[in-house]
Amino acid sequence: METKEYSTIPFTAKDFKSDQYVRWCPGCGDYAVLNTLQKVMAELGIPPHKTAVISGIGCSSRLPYYISGYGFHTIHGRGAVVATGVKVANPKLTVWQITGDGDCLAIGGNHFIHSVRRNIDINVLLFNNQIYGLTKGQYSPTTKKGYVTKSSPFGTVERPFRSAELTLGARGTFFARLLDVDLKNSQISMLAAAHHKGTSMVECLVNCVIFNDGAHGYLAEKEFRADRLLMLEHGKPMIFGVENNKGLVLDGLKLKVVTIGENGITENDVLVHDAACEDTTLQLKLALMEGPEMPIAMGVIRDVVEESYDSALEKQIAEVQAKSKVKTFDDLIATCEHWEM
Amino acid sequence: MENTLKTELDNVVVRFSGDSGDGMQLTGMLFSNLSAILGNEISTFPDYPSEIRAPLGTLGGVSGFQVHLGSSKIYTPGDDADVLVAMNPAALKVNIKSIKKGGIIIFDTDTFEKTDLNKAEFKTDNPFEELSVSETTQLIPAPLSSLTQSSLEGFGFDIKTVLRSKNMFALGLICWLFNRPIDQAIHFLENKFGKKPDLLHANVKVLTDGFNYGNNLHLTVSTFLVEKSHETPKGSYTSISGNKATAWGLIAASKKVGLELFLGSYPITPATDIMQELALRKDMGVKVFQAEDEIAGITSAIGASFAGCLAATSTSGPGLALKSEAIGLAVMAELPLVVVDVMRGGPSTGLPTKTEQTDLLQALYGRNGESPVVVMAASTPADCFHFAFMASKIALEYMTPVILLTDAFIGNGTSLWKLPKLAELPEIQPNYAQQGMEGCNVTSRDEKTKVRYWSIPGTKGFGHRNGGLEKDYYSGAISSDPVNHQKMVDTREQKVSNISLVLPELKLEGTMDADLLVIGWGGTHGHLMTAVNGMNKKGSKIALAHFNYINPLPKNTVEVIQRYKKVVVCELNSGQFATYLRSKVPAVEFLQYNKVQGQPFTVAELEECFVKLLK
Repeated sequence: METKEYSTIPFTAKDFKSDQYVRWCPGCGDYAVLNTLQKVMAELGIPPHKTAVISGIGCSSRLPYYISGYGFHTIHGRGAVVATGVKVANPKLTVWQITGDGDCLAIGGNHFIHSVRRNIDINVLLFNNQIYGLTKGQYSPTTKKGYVTKSSPFGTVERPFRSAELTLGARGTFFARLLDVDLKNSQISMLAAAHHKGTSMVECLVNCVIFNDGAHGYLAEKEFRADRLLMLEHGKPMIFGVENNKGLVLDGLKLKVVTIGENGITENDVLVHDAACEDTTLQLKLALMEGPEMPIAMGVIRDVVEESYDSALEKQIAEVQAKSKVKTFDDLIATCEHWEM
Repeated sequence: MENTLKTELDNVVVRFSGDSGDGMQLTGMLFSNLSAILGNEISTFPDYPSEIRAPLGTLGGVSGFQVHLGSSKIYTPGDDADVLVAMNPAALKVNIKSIKKGGIIIFDTDTFEKTDLNKAEFKTDNPFEELSVSETTQLIPAPLSSLTQSSLEGFGFDIKTVLRSKNMFALGLICWLFNRPIDQAIHFLENKFGKKPDLLHANVKVLTDGFNYGNNLHLTVSTFLVEKSHETPKGSYTSISGNKATAWGLIAASKKVGLELFLGSYPITPATDIMQELALRKDMGVKVFQAEDEIAGITSAIGASFAGCLAATSTSGPGLALKSEAIGLAVMAELPLVVVDVMRGGPSTGLPTKTEQTDLLQALYGRNGESPVVVMAASTPADCFHFAFMASKIALEYMTPVILLTDAFIGNGTSLWKLPKLAELPEIQPNYAQQGMEGCNVTSRDEKTKVRYWSIPGTKGFGHRNGGLEKDYYSGAISSDPVNHQKMVDTREQKVSNISLVLPELKLEGTMDADLLVIGWGGTHGHLMTAVNGMNKKGSKIALAHFNYINPLPKNTVEVIQRYKKVVVCELNSGQFATYLRSKVPAVEFLQYNKVQGQPFTVAELEECFVKLLK
């Protein structure tokens, strides 16, 4: 197991702010995620110089410039692999990957599924605003079918990806979902992601005020959030609602919303969330719930223990080295079948 | 033994040829290694189809392995063969054009039946007549299959396993023909099959029977002696393929500089051996990441470089095309990176197993923006070690991507390699950010060399943000200021061109006072040198300027080339280096000799070209 160096000096979010002026549009959801990330980094107690933040291309991918420590703003879609290289090369670093729905799921789709499959120990923040912002408003792989954008003037004819489904399909070990305006849950989800060993996928639902304003409006309206969102917590019953009296039960193979106190339903009938369950069936059902019949699942949906690629590789190298008689380069040369001339 | 006639030869070329599954590569390797142990100079070249197992006995499935042995310095695996071992009629047909007059053909009579001839598309029952094989060619017919079967009678192997050993029978015969004691071959087999005593025993038995069969043949063929070479400098030698030498050169550099080696790569012919060799070397702490594609191969390496490894990626032409954008990132981020391109026939998928030098301009210019990188090329299987080491040294000391060009010919071919010692290799000194320089930014650099300071993540006080966006020369912050961009473009260019100051000067070979200057680069050195030496021995005056450093060029390049009135650039493409040289040395008229057939030059065709040019 890798040991993280936790500082005895308490950090504040300010220690993780770089000297660069943040250049997102006023009102952009990315600000909230950035602020939360800096708070989480401080809470983790890992010093800035032991932190590397890697991104691809897109609005969200500018984030590394705003964090102190080491950052790398790379090329479109490839952030996952650069982050992989960083982590494999130096497993002592805490690595964050910042990406967006276009960067991660379109041009970087292949790298995304493979980094998840390999379970590289990186924390991925996928900023999902369902639009291409930096290129000024084309539809992305998560844009809802039929949505009108500059590249779909008559509505898209494509079916969108659902990132939870992709993550779990690629054998992901961690998936959480947060909403930009919900600071409390954002912090909980990011902290859990940071503590998870392996690829931690955090889907951040963010609002693009310019090209897709209100894409997550259904969730964001404060007065309805309690009814529309289900905050999942491992080991806790799946209860939600303004009056905290709605719950989820299984009806055959389907999830169903019930009201506690009606038709003889008690709290004991409500499902208890098991994020650590190997089997993805129920986690996937939760992740794919859509309104208005069902609440939208937020928080840590899946968090299972599985060895990460980087730690398995380190272990394998140590094992081979312990057994091998070849210790130096000159030893290696001596293994050649050779002769004097 | 009735046949005591032995002919002494200065050098000899043997070609082993059969189906892809006949074990011709192994047979050839064993023969060349045991010849090297006996003191011969060696050079080998495998010629195999891209199909793993084409239908048995067909022309498309013929796989060959050529071995050149010499008692004096040899530079190539040879043009035409003195001896052909043909395991079937298809092998005979494919190779007949490259048998020397008066050469010897050993063939397996058991595989020359009607159906075999049909598969090889012969129209008559007499393949030798049909191919108009010269009467001076000596034929040694031997029922290799049935002899192998009787040799292994009682071993209890199935027929497939038995027939797989017939290559050892052929090897035994060749050992007899060249007066090679088989003890050494047996020693090699012990190393290879040591863990499988049954197979070892069987292979040794077949090998010995093959040797004795030759000994007992009442043949009028004379056997050959190729004496020890006295031109090879004294020392410990092995034979090594270019791909293995490349892998080991990277390891040597990582040990010398004291950084971990990371290779991000994706399987691609003919470069895959580099990845496989490095994957074996966990004992050396090498981290090999087999990526999901070529782009991930290089971008993972860029990540590893950012994090402080000696990082490399290995590929061939189509893979280099996919890596273009990422090489640009390494240029912009000024990170050390070694990109090895084992060139093959192109464009597109092209001729995956065949050799060419057609990626030169792609390596030099195949990126968006003003994107200078170091481009260099190895010229023999063994010197791939040196150039992989030097590519790493330059990348690390100058904070730049380096593209190292090798090719299928030297990558798969083998040559003698004098074993190096780590202590004897040059030092590698990266331009690390030093203590006391805290606060220096991502573009802070040595003003003289223009090399930026390398601060590695994890180090306190050197945090910085790198990236593909243009950066301010002074502050390192992102910038789209017009004047600053010009300055940064010039700086990156200057940094790379400064490297010429530390490169070895271009050295001429052959006759200095020459009527013709032959220019080559990379893997063609052996053929060019042999042709130039051959012509000069016959009285011509030819000089050879062979390039390993292409961008930047050695600093005396212009001066050397301008000494000569007639200059010809010989390369395995349509004139890419000639085009490049015209841009660098515009005053000189460059003639061209080009071949794009997926095959190396032959010495004969080069000599013919030089004769014409000297008229």
